[in-house]
Amino acid sequence: MKQGLGTINRESQFKWIVYMLILGMMLLAPLFLSDFRLMLLAKYVSFAIVAIGLALIWGYTGILSLGHGVFFGLGAYGMAMYLKLEASGGKLPDFMVWSGQNELPWFWMPFSSFFLTLLLIVIVPMGIAYGLGFLTFRNRIQGVQFTILTQALVLIVVTLLIGQQAFTGGSNGITGFKTILGYSLSDPTVKRVLYWITIGVLALLFALAYWMTKSRFKRVLLAIRDGENRLRFIGYNPAVFKAFIFAVSAGFAGIAGALFVLHVGIISPSMMGIVPSIEMVLWVAIGGRNSLSGAVLGALLINYAKTTFSEAYPSLWLFLLGGLFVISVILLPRGFMGLMKDGMQKIKKRRKREDANENNIDFTFGESKR
Amino acid sequence: MWAIQLFNGLSYSSILLLVALGLSITFGLMNVINMAHGEFLMIGAYMVYVTQHLFQQYAPAAWFDSYYIFALFVSFTVAFFLGMLLEMGLVKFLYRRPLDSLLATWGVGMMLQQAAKMIFGAPNVAVTSPSWLEGGLQLTSVVVLPYKRLFILALVIVCLLSLYIYLYRTAAGRSMRAVMQNRDMAGCLGISTRKVDRITFAIGSGIAGLAGSALALIGPIGSSLGTYYIVDAFMVVVLGGVGKLAGVVFGAVTIGVLNVFFESWLSASIAKVIVFVIVIAFLQWRPRGFVSLKTRALES
Repeated sequence: MKQGLGTINRESQFKWIVYMLILGMMLLAPLFLSDFRLMLLAKYVSFAIVAIGLALIWGYTGILSLGHGVFFGLGAYGMAMYLKLEASGGKLPDFMVWSGQNELPWFWMPFSSFFLTLLLIVIVPMGIAYGLGFLTFRNRIQGVQFTILTQALVLIVVTLLIGQQAFTGGSNGITGFKTILGYSLSDPTVKRVLYWITIGVLALLFALAYWMTKSRFKRVLLAIRDGENRLRFIGYNPAVFKAFIFAVSAGFAGIAGALFVLHVGIISPSMMGIVPSIEMVLWVAIGGRNSLSGAVLGALLINYAKTTFSEAYPSLWLFLLGGLFVISVILLPRGFMGLMKDGMQKIKKRRKREDANENNIDFTFGESKR
Repeated sequence: MWAIQLFNGLSYSSILLLVALGLSITFGLMNVINMAHGEFLMIGAYMVYVTQHLFQQYAPAAWFDSYYIFALFVSFTVAFFLGMLLEMGLVKFLYRRPLDSLLATWGVGMMLQQAAKMIFGAPNVAVTSPSWLEGGLQLTSVVVLPYKRLFILALVIVCLLSLYIYLYRTAAGRSMRAVMQNRDMAGCLGISTRKVDRITFAIGSGIAGLAGSALALIGPIGSSLGTYYIVDAFMVVVLGGVGKLAGVVFGAVTIGVLNVFFESWLSASIAKVIVFVIVIAFLQWRPRGFVSLKTRALES
């Protein structure tokens, strides 16, 4: 028994060491990468934040959202509006002038304050997600139907953003930023600082999600995934929990979107449409939906692959994307991390069996039957 | 004026209905949403294009006007068998995991789109409609109902009727309804649920092919043809509920007419928002959609 506990501790120690090593490597990355590559890496890192949120709702709670592009986009638009106002220096943003607007629309007003922007980046996606989640989960709309509704949400928000060109910049999106809080966005030092901030946010949100998945709260989430009705009979109200975790995950996506804009310098409806939203799900599917680190890994790897691959064969990317979905769902339902875990388990079992054979003592307590 | 609006609304509804019919029966039976459904529309539309070319090249010019009738059969058959293939090759394995089958079929859809781009080229193509579908029915001096739209309306009615006869007047349809109501019990009584699933999926895809050939009449054909209609069709399924044909009809007519009405009154983008809000509000009142099978089972 003692030995068993020992291995668990050793394992988690090992895990933390690996996490810290990766974190250290990512913090040092600016020293070795060109500005362009650093921008790409920062972009992947902000995508990884979305992936954490998605793993929370999909892997742990069993809610599949094809609408995270919207929450990502709302965060991104929030930050973009702030940057645009700062770049316009008190005047109307250029695209509004072109489409004949005379004054700033009311919903742009709060974004002249950096503090309010930071708040709204989180609150707006969370609010919309909580509203949609509560209204649907309350009526026990779940599974496929909910997923379809999230996809409809994407279509609507994208059509709205394109249609209301005078307020949102239309299909060109918002771009042409210059400074943030007075610091030039094209300055390499500012870029590095922003990159470190992004890594910090990733670490912080990862820790937050990790803490959630180690607490009793996680048991409720897993119970929702595996037997929602039983949970209901015990006396919980799954709707509240589901809406809450959906909102948290949307908040993650909003923050990620804001960071994305800081690095990439543009947000347009095509970056948050149906295909990008479902791509986000793919990162988590490939990495391993039941594992937060898997989701992060998936986001980083798939995006790296996408950049490399689409530089060489741009038209084939969608083909590969579709194929990856089919393969990952059929052959690797638990993703890369699931594969790793299975492998570790096998090695461990074999080692145990060898030990037991040598000492002629059965350490496995009947588990070997499995 | 409002008569034209109403006709436009009904015309859009009829297309939506044709698109959503196949989705609705597979969703009702297997709880699987086929995300590649939109690509079956595209296949149907491209089949019209191919048939037209074959007729132009190999058939006497006098026969050309009848090509569209053949194209309808070709579209249905090709989509039918491709659907069967998709079910046997993919959906079958994800039977207890509806969300995963949604993702996998989306992947297939993506690949089909890319394949269409490679075969037919990236630019849109168009078909020449047969001469008997040109022009329109002159009601008053201003109100003209195009024959194409009327034809689609008729096609939808024929589809609905045949599906009704299939579901309620044949042995195969009876076993399909049985599986829909209680899969385990139907299986125990000797119905091959596997076979029913396969046939249903194939029929659903076949109807999508027909819908695609209807779309070929009224617009350009491109690899992303399906994506314009598919999300609205999903909403039809959610709003209408599953298990009865009346649900799809209700959903399609509501969403179609509301969309056209708000579009003419406000703008296209605002109309989408309002329709979405209305759907969510409607679900507060009837969470399972307009119709639902009465069942004592707790898990849906």
